[in-house]
Amino acid sequence: MRILLVEDDPVLADGIRAGLGLAGLTVDAVTSGADAQAALAGLRFDAVVLDLMLPDGSGLDVLAALRAQQDATPVLLLTALDETPDRIRGLDAGADDYLGKPFDLDELAARLRALVRRGVGRASPLLTHGGLALDPAMLSVNLDGHAVPVSRREFAVLSMLVERPGVIRSKGELEERLYGWQEEVESNTVEVYVHNLRAKLGRDVIETVRGLGYRLRVPA
Amino acid sequence: MSSLRRRLFLILLAATGLIWLCAVAWISMGSRSELEHVLDTRLKEAARMVHSLVMAGDPVQGAEKSAQKPAKDPPVQPRDLADAVPSEPGGYERQLSCQIWSFDGRLLARSSGAPDAVLAEEREGFADREVGGETWRVYTIVDPEKNVRVVVGDRIGLRDRLVRDLVAGLAAPALLAMPLLGLLIWWSLGRGLRPLNRAAEQIAAREGEDMRPIPPDGAPDEIQPLITALNGLFAKVEAARAHERDVTAFAAHELRTPLAGLKTQAQVALAAGETGVRENALRQILVSVDRSTRLVRQLLALARLDAGAPVDTRDVSIGALIRDMVAAVPHPPEVITVIDPDLDPMVRQLDPDTLTLLLRNLQENAVQNMTAGTIRWRGEGAGRLVVEDEGPGIPAEELGLVRQRFYRGRMTTAAGSGLGLAIADAAARRLGAQLDIANRTDRPGVRASVDFGSGSWSASAPIR
Repeated sequence: MRILLVEDDPVLADGIRAGLGLAGLTVDAVTSGADAQAALAGLRFDAVVLDLMLPDGSGLDVLAALRAQQDATPVLLLTALDETPDRIRGLDAGADDYLGKPFDLDELAARLRALVRRGVGRASPLLTHGGLALDPAMLSVNLDGHAVPVSRREFAVLSMLVERPGVIRSKGELEERLYGWQEEVESNTVEVYVHNLRAKLGRDVIETVRGLGYRLRVPA
Repeated sequence: MSSLRRRLFLILLAATGLIWLCAVAWISMGSRSELEHVLDTRLKEAARMVHSLVMAGDPVQGAEKSAQKPAKDPPVQPRDLADAVPSEPGGYERQLSCQIWSFDGRLLARSSGAPDAVLAEEREGFADREVGGETWRVYTIVDPEKNVRVVVGDRIGLRDRLVRDLVAGLAAPALLAMPLLGLLIWWSLGRGLRPLNRAAEQIAAREGEDMRPIPPDGAPDEIQPLITALNGLFAKVEAARAHERDVTAFAAHELRTPLAGLKTQAQVALAAGETGVRENALRQILVSVDRSTRLVRQLLALARLDAGAPVDTRDVSIGALIRDMVAAVPHPPEVITVIDPDLDPMVRQLDPDTLTLLLRNLQENAVQNMTAGTIRWRGEGAGRLVVEDEGPGIPAEELGLVRQRFYRGRMTTAAGSGLGLAIADAAARRLGAQLDIANRTDRPGVRASVDFGSGSWSASAPIR
């Protein structure tokens, strides 16, 4: 899952990026409302973590602009103001969830997973396809009832394919999901992860569409 | 007197009473003069009438005749002339008295009730006479042909009574009407003041949190200024509360964000398997602790300034103090601070700690807003200390806000807490100085000046 983080405090932004990264989420961080709007205009995120007090205004303005464009990307407000009226104001402005500072990193990750799950209209917390079952909370993969150990990055690639079975994901898309903006993309890594996944789950689980990318094979 | 209604009631009643009193005085004076005129005319006519009767009647004995045979004739009994005088109805009967005197001083005739004493004057016309303790108004006709003086008079006292009765006749109903009028005024005031009561009820019915302006429509013109003033007050209270809320919000943000950062980084450090991630998290924790330490220091400084701790005033060398302060403030190597040597001999009686606090926060603010350039400290005119930086300056619309606590402008870096200029301002006020923050006019940058008041620098040594 790819998250846009809008937070102007560098220490907190760095902590959230590292922490959510450990939970298997990819975080792109910006520090101002203007940058957030630019990022949201150009890219698709699974969810947005939005600080209310930004150096160039209120996060509520960013939220309002986003909703005005009929963009339904789930938004979690992150703010020092967590009195009930503030929460109500935030939720009524179009936010999907609210978390007061300081917060628990695991709770933030869980709430984001829930937001994304609700956003795509999935009832189960597990991602399933055929004999495959992915648990985004535990970053664990089950194949026909047997646990298959995978790395965080492998899980990210697999979950992206399982989210939309049969849809082709380009290498660029997968790389973006894996690294976000802040990380240096290592060459050929996507191929390496796909290779590893095939070795663990079977040759024919992931199909290579030459020149376009990869897709999960839909069982006949 | 707290009740406007009672106050107006008394004023109106007193005013009405006063006008009535004036009216009574005017009427009584006017009727008196009118009455005098009428009664005088009556006196004159009565005298003429009697005189004509005397002419038409028995030949009047001449003065000589009377003098010649006073013994023969029985003493002339004064004839009663009452019938000749028109009598007044009621209590004003026998108002007029008439006497006919011969020239030799005999009373030839008199009306009933007329005094025996001489009313007549030597000369013809009106006169006032004191007879038997009463003042009479008399008219005398002197007829040398018939040797008679005809005199008609009335008592002034009676005239006064007439006027008194007239005024009393007017005043009595007025006095009776007074309570009725009072009731009417009281009721009318109640009706007239109803819009005021409505406005008061409207305000009284408000929630304590309701700071919306009172709609001025429908209120009478007289209470418009009150409503305008109230609305002004509401706006001020609302602004103060909004400001309070802002400060609370900013403070919450500034205090909780570093805590959130610390907690998050600590959780990352605990959860991270990779050494690199853990070490980075621990380094971020150190950064955050340093920033929080600075924030706490600033909050304590503000609290001390707010508490008005006692100041230790002594001679302070401005130049030396700035040099020490600048050396203590960390800054990137690209930022250079220049201190005008003219400041070196400047000495002033000040609290050095508060002054250091003031100047250090100005210096820190300048350093934070610059990546490279020169910060310049210099004296200006009498008692003004100026520091100029070469940063981007402050947007004009934020100039009035930068001294607010926790206010962070758009151009500020993440390192600022929004307290620096608030502390500088509080410290300046504590020193009795005036802090001005403005943009430089010669180039982008901020110019902060501290005005200590004129004639305040003293040179400890001759200036170069």
